[in-house]
Amino acid sequence: MADTRIAAGPSQASARSHAQNDTFVVSLEGDWRAGNARKLQSELDKALSDRSGRGVRFDLSAVRELDTVGAWLLVKAAQEIEAGGRPAEFAAASEPHARLIAQLGATPGRQAPSPKRTPAYLVPFEALGRTVVNTWTDLVDSQAMQGRILSAFGSVLMLRGRLRPPAFVNQFDLIVLRAVPIIVLISVVVGAIITQQSILQLRNFGAQIFVVDLGAILMFREVGLLLAAIMIAGRSGSAITAELGSMRMREEIDALNVMGVDPYQALVLPRMLSLVFGLPLLTFIGSLAGLVGTALVARYYGDIPFDVFLDRLQNALNLQTLMVGMVKAPVMGFIIGLIAVNEGFKVEGSAESLGRHTTASVVKAIFMVIVADGLFAVFFAAIGF
Amino acid sequence: MSEVATAKPQAVNGTPVIETEKLVVGFGDRIIIDGLDLSVRRGEVLGVIGPSGSGKSVTLRAIIGLLPHRSGTVKVLGRDYQNLGRRERLETERRWGVLFQQGALFSSLTVLENVEFPMREHLSLPPRLRREIARLKIELVGLGPESHNLYPSELSGGMIKRAALARALALDPEILFLDEPTAGLDPIGAAKFDELILTLRDALGLTVYMVTHDLDSLAAVTDRIAALGKGKLLMVGTLSDMLGADDPWLKEYFGGPRARHLMRAHS
Repeated sequence: MADTRIAAGPSQASARSHAQNDTFVVSLEGDWRAGNARKLQSELDKALSDRSGRGVRFDLSAVRELDTVGAWLLVKAAQEIEAGGRPAEFAAASEPHARLIAQLGATPGRQAPSPKRTPAYLVPFEALGRTVVNTWTDLVDSQAMQGRILSAFGSVLMLRGRLRPPAFVNQFDLIVLRAVPIIVLISVVVGAIITQQSILQLRNFGAQIFVVDLGAILMFREVGLLLAAIMIAGRSGSAITAELGSMRMREEIDALNVMGVDPYQALVLPRMLSLVFGLPLLTFIGSLAGLVGTALVARYYGDIPFDVFLDRLQNALNLQTLMVGMVKAPVMGFIIGLIAVNEGFKVEGSAESLGRHTTASVVKAIFMVIVADGLFAVFFAAIGF
Repeated sequence: MSEVATAKPQAVNGTPVIETEKLVVGFGDRIIIDGLDLSVRRGEVLGVIGPSGSGKSVTLRAIIGLLPHRSGTVKVLGRDYQNLGRRERLETERRWGVLFQQGALFSSLTVLENVEFPMREHLSLPPRLRREIARLKIELVGLGPESHNLYPSELSGGMIKRAALARALALDPEILFLDEPTAGLDPIGAAKFDELILTLRDALGLTVYMVTHDLDSLAAVTDRIAALGKGKLLMVGTLSDMLGADDPWLKEYFGGPRARHLMRAHS
């Protein structure tokens, strides 16, 4: 079979008109197909321009091809003429063409009422209002979520619900253990950078030995934790939101519910526990790695030998410094988990919504982690810890 | 005029629109389709049946180029699709419409935007005309204007199938691939869908390749039926050929309790 439709390329189409008694005959020619649409429209308008109120007969005898677009243009023109009280008819169409025209003519051209738009001057206020309301519902929702998570945890502790060790171990592996290499890597690098910059400044005062105190305390109190928390928020917070979100889209969570399995116990608890127990571990590992970075730069850039470094370290660090970081870690893990789960359960049907909530999960988690860290700093300063 | 398919079954023009020759498709060391010879003629509605796992959907996906095949050829509209250049491949793709089993509507676009999408990508139409054509196609598949601004997640199962059909028809395809179009529809909706496919075939001159399990829609719309079994073609023929078949699976399929009224109607 010859593929005329492809071989033809941009093809010919035209409409010519002449008057015949009191009907106006429009002879159509060539390919009345979508590829020619712009030309067809202008040809048709031109041909019909000097109709001067007469009825029209469309002569389709020379039409080679007709598709929905071409047929629709003709049908629409005919309907407009008929609306003006004049007859419009189609003549000499081949059978399939006639059928197509009849089908389109019989199809009502109904329109949806266009959705209501907010006037432009109200748009910023609407956006502000939505943000305020969303923030409030977010806050309420996350409190409800927190309650459900705690009650799920409580029922496991009371031996009323099942603890799911395999799920917990699996999540612990995914969320915590597999994050160790990347957290070690960035902690070493950030530790090294902080130390190098500090040495540069401390040298001016001849006090570069204090870089050990500075690096160690900073790492254990703040930076180790922040790096681990931000990394986990990006790495696992997004994963948890996407997992729960797509499970919601595919009705898997509904399936759990109707089987009498609490999704908070089955899905949320293993992830939350992994985060809450895993983040202190990652913080500790990250802080140690940061210390390694500090020691290396101190040795090769600041000319502080390792034994001097260690000696100084023993004076600078105490259990309290370590505890400040470690106390904060489970709270950060809980915040990351809470936000991720909350966003995951808010996902609706579309892929776009999944993307939006995954983004929101990461952004909110990182923001909240930093805000919480600030509050902790104020708190610890106030109690002199 | 030979390009415009004539619709009446008796006038079906003999040239195959889809032709597979010794088609072999497999995953890993499993062979799903093993030497399939199948041809679909212009203007006909071919129903493809077979037990679960017989490779119906795999055949469909191999024909439309979503799955690579190990050997054999697939010719669509007279051309070996696998060996086409980029441009020719695109041209072929514009001449078929596919209705996936789950609809595969784009979830972030409304129904109207979904139907407009292929036209926006492939045709240079004035936006107003494009919108009118999209509305027309939506009407054509039996959805009302209230569906235009709905998102796929807000549609019922039947509406999703109809909207997806409207999208498949957006570019006026010559071939329509349907993967279980009536699965999950109520009998009334399914019957209407069958009717719709026949109307569209007549109005637009379509060739339809339909994978289905629905006996009623097999009886109502198909001109010929192809039965697949274990990756091979068991039999091709009309419904009455099928009813008289010797193959044990076909006997069970068409002789079972669910097919009894078909037997009665045909005897």
